[in-house]
Amino acid sequence: MQADTLSGGFADPSIGSSHAFRAVMEAMARPGTVHGISGAVPPAPLSPAAGTVLLTLCDTETPVYLAGAADCEAVRVWLAFHTGAPLVGPAECMFAVGTWDAVVPLSSYPVGTSQYPDRSATLIVERPDLCATGAALTGPGIKDQAALSLPEVAAFHSNRALFPLGLDFLFTSGDCVAALPRTTKVS
Amino acid sequence: MNAYNFAYLDEQTKRMIRRALLKGLAIPGYQVPFASREMPMPYGWGTGGVQVSAAVLTPEDTFKVIDQGADDTTNAVSIRTFFQRTAGVATTTVTHDATVIQTRHRIPEEALGEGQILVYQVPIPEPLRFLEPRESETRKMHSLEEYGLMHVKLYEDISRHGHIATSYAYPVKVEGRYVMDPSPIPKFDNPKLGDMAAIQLFGAGREQRIYALPPYTQVVSLDFEDHPFEATKADHPCGMCGAQDSYLDELIIDDAGGRMFVCSDTDYCEARQAAGHKGKDAA
Repeated sequence: MQADTLSGGFADPSIGSSHAFRAVMEAMARPGTVHGISGAVPPAPLSPAAGTVLLTLCDTETPVYLAGAADCEAVRVWLAFHTGAPLVGPAECMFAVGTWDAVVPLSSYPVGTSQYPDRSATLIVERPDLCATGAALTGPGIKDQAALSLPEVAAFHSNRALFPLGLDFLFTSGDCVAALPRTTKVS
Repeated sequence: MNAYNFAYLDEQTKRMIRRALLKGLAIPGYQVPFASREMPMPYGWGTGGVQVSAAVLTPEDTFKVIDQGADDTTNAVSIRTFFQRTAGVATTTVTHDATVIQTRHRIPEEALGEGQILVYQVPIPEPLRFLEPRESETRKMHSLEEYGLMHVKLYEDISRHGHIATSYAYPVKVEGRYVMDPSPIPKFDNPKLGDMAAIQLFGAGREQRIYALPPYTQVVSLDFEDHPFEATKADHPCGMCGAQDSYLDELIIDDAGGRMFVCSDTDYCEARQAAGHKGKDAA
C-alpha cells in the first residue's frame, strides 16, 4: 500500500504537467473535443485521466471533494502525498472528483459570486467512455456545433442559466479528457 | 538543459496560473485575479504575458514574440531569448510556424489557426479604470453589467471630435456580457478578436489579472447605430511590400518632413517581399 501511495506521480512533474495542462486547456477552450491525457497512475477507482488532472491542477491551496467511491483510503493517501490538497465537503471544494451519480446534486457546490464568478467549483466527472456524439453543444469555443456524450442534459441546462456564475466540468475516462464550461449551451 | 525549472516558474506558481486560465476560458472576458510573481524583467515589459506563456508552454512548442508587430525589437528579442534559455523551446519569427505567440499591442496580419495560442501582454486590464479608479467600484459595475459610463466616454469622443477618436485599446463586449480591454492593440485589429480559430490569453502582471477568449467567441466593438465602429489604418500602401490591407507604422526618414508607411507586422512584410511584392520605397 505504501508503494502504491508513493508511486503513480509524473515521471517528470514539470514536463508531464505541461503536456497534461495543454490537453485540459484545449478541452476547456473547445468544448466537446476529446483529448488524450496521461502521466499519472492513481489508485482505483480513479482513472489515469482524472489522476493526471488532479496532479496538474491541485495543491495545498485547492480544497478537493472526493465523491462516492473516489473517497477511499487509497485515493485519500495518494492525493495527500502527491498534492497535499485538503479534503473537504462539496460546499467548500474547488475541485470535486467522482462519477456522475456520486457528484450530484450540483446545487451543493459553490458557483461563484457576482463579483467573483471564478470562485466556483470545477467538477471532474468520471465517465465509462467519452465520444463526440450525443448532446448538441453550442457556445464559445465551438465553431458551429459540437457533440459530447453527457450523462444528462437538464443539469447542464440549468447550470448554463446561472451564467456568469456556474460550475465547470471536466469529463475523464481512461486516458481521455473533455470539458464543458458554464458557457456551453446543451440541447 | 540548465539549472532553471522548465519555463522558469516553479510548479506551484504554474498550477495557480493554469487554474486562473481555465476559469478565464470558462468566463470569457472576465478578469480573473491571480498572484502575479516578480519576473526577471520590469513591470511594463510583459511580465503578465511571460507568466501566461510559461504556464502554457510545452517542450515541443515553437515560440514567437512580437512587439508592435515586430520580431526584432528589444522586448521581443529578450522575451524570446528568455524562453529559449529557460524552456529550451524552438523559436521562430514565421507566424504560421509558431504554436505559441506572445504579443505586445498587435494581432498578426496572417489569420491564426487552431493549434495556435496568442498570449497578450496587458498593461491595464480594466477597461473602466480611467473612468472609475476604484477597483471596488469597477468590480461592482462588471457584476451589475453597468457599462453606461463606457458609452458616455465614446459619446464624449463624438461630441468633441465628431467621431469616436479612441484608436487603440478600443473596448469590446464579449458574448454579450463582459466589457473587455483588448490590450492596446490598434482598433484595426479589433475585428480579428472575434471568431478567431486560436485561443487568446491575456496576462497583466502588475495588475495581477488574467483573462481569455476561447476560439470562435463573439466579440463586438462598442459603438452607436449612427456612429458604427470602424477599423481604421493609415490610408497608404506599405512602402516596402505594397500591401494595401495591413496595419502601417509611419516612419520619419529625413529632416525635410519625408516619411514612409511600412507594415507593422515584420513577418508579414518580409514574406510579401520575398514573394516578389514591392512597394514604392523599396530599394
